[in-house]
Amino acid sequence: MIEVKNLTKKFDDKIVLDDVSVIFEQGKTNLIIGQSGSGKTVLLKSIVGLHSVDKGEIWYGNRQYNALNFKQKKEIRKEIGMLFQGAALFDSSTVEENVMLPLDMFTDLSFSDKLDRVNFCLARVNLTNVNSLYPSELSGGMKKRVAIARAIALNPKFLFCDEPNSGLDPQTGIVIDNLIKNITEEFNITTIVNTHDMNSVMEIGDKVVFIYEGKKIWEGSNNDILNTDCKELNDFVFATNLAKKLRI
Amino acid sequence: MKFLEHAGQYFVLLSKVFAKPEKYILYYRQTIREVEKLGINSFGIVVIISIFVGAVITIQTNYNLENPLLPRYLVGVTVRDSLLLEFSSTMVALILAGKVGSSIASEIGTMRVSEQIDALEIMGVNAASYLILPKIVAAVFFFPILSLLSMFVGIFGGYLTCLLTDILSPSDYIYGIQYIFYPHYIGYSVTKVVFYSFIIVTMSAYQGYYAQGGALEVGRSSTKAVVYSSILVLLANLILTKLILS
Repeated sequence: MIEVKNLTKKFDDKIVLDDVSVIFEQGKTNLIIGQSGSGKTVLLKSIVGLHSVDKGEIWYGNRQYNALNFKQKKEIRKEIGMLFQGAALFDSSTVEENVMLPLDMFTDLSFSDKLDRVNFCLARVNLTNVNSLYPSELSGGMKKRVAIARAIALNPKFLFCDEPNSGLDPQTGIVIDNLIKNITEEFNITTIVNTHDMNSVMEIGDKVVFIYEGKKIWEGSNNDILNTDCKELNDFVFATNLAKKLRI
Repeated sequence: MKFLEHAGQYFVLLSKVFAKPEKYILYYRQTIREVEKLGINSFGIVVIISIFVGAVITIQTNYNLENPLLPRYLVGVTVRDSLLLEFSSTMVALILAGKVGSSIASEIGTMRVSEQIDALEIMGVNAASYLILPKIVAAVFFFPILSLLSMFVGIFGGYLTCLLTDILSPSDYIYGIQYIFYPHYIGYSVTKVVFYSFIIVTMSAYQGYYAQGGALEVGRSSTKAVVYSSILVLLANLILTKLILS
């Protein structure tokens, strides 16, 4: 479980996150949704420690992450896997080297054991015979899947995904969504997904948190989201003409 | 004020770079890759430029030594000393600042803006050390070799000029390059290159590491890397020459 308490983040004088408190539950796919520029990426990056926070607390289980020193934070980071918006694979390394890097860094496994683990992770995301390919030789969906394989290589307790569907067609997006949900349930990890894709919300949103202008103004499940009175959330969910027609 | 901010940030980055590596074997592997990327891949440009500069210095010196009272072998002496004292260290460093410096800044800058550095940090890897330390080790080890290569090739370029033209006899040239030879010139040159290597890699890596935005900013960081590395190389040249040769 990850708990955020009264989180505030400013860039210069601009308040980007304003007193956000939320609990992200273990074994569930927790979604942060909101418009572009609402502060959801800043929230995600603050939780993983890529941004420092001005006020508030971030708890990983019973450890207050933002109160730890560099060395202690590093230990928690070994329990974190993250899927970035652009996959963030290392261009000069092959798929195999990309997935093996965390194992090389933090385990003393033999090469054959590491290779077994790499192949297991790649198979888990439905990729085979791609070990020797470079990221430039992969499609967008494949890159995302390799990034997921790298993220789960060290058996993380926490998985973060920043806009996993961006740049993907709807069908591939759903494949990635289901992969994230299945991995979350299979390994009982705490997953936080940052998205503005309503397909993802309806498909995998066990818990949904809506961020509007830096504030958390709604939370619930994907079943609740269609019947809410929250005007800002309704404007976001039913933004397209298709959604408006379906609602009527 | 801005200068102090950058100086502070530069030294903070250096403190991260020289932190204890997570796994020495991985750093060793990275260093070997960097030796190939930064060093061996620069062989060609160093050889081509040095051979032409050696040839041109020979022709120019010969042109300026028309006084019949001056011995002809002084052309060889001048070519040798120009290459050993200045060209093969400082000029080669400026060339490498352009080639290697821009490559380091754009590589690390691209990794920054495409979140690859964030990905390393999230894994718990010290990204600054993992990415920059092998480049420093590779450059400090290999750039002096490039400098020595430049000396030999430059002198050979002068010899070829003598051989292919009639401006000076090859025997006069050979006599000149052996005349009153101070071996410590090589030590002086190599010492300078070691400092230059450190400056080029760390300054370029600094520009890339703190790049923000997109392709335009990466391009800017690459340009800044070359400009600042070159200025610092020239400044270091002045200081080191004063310290070593005085």
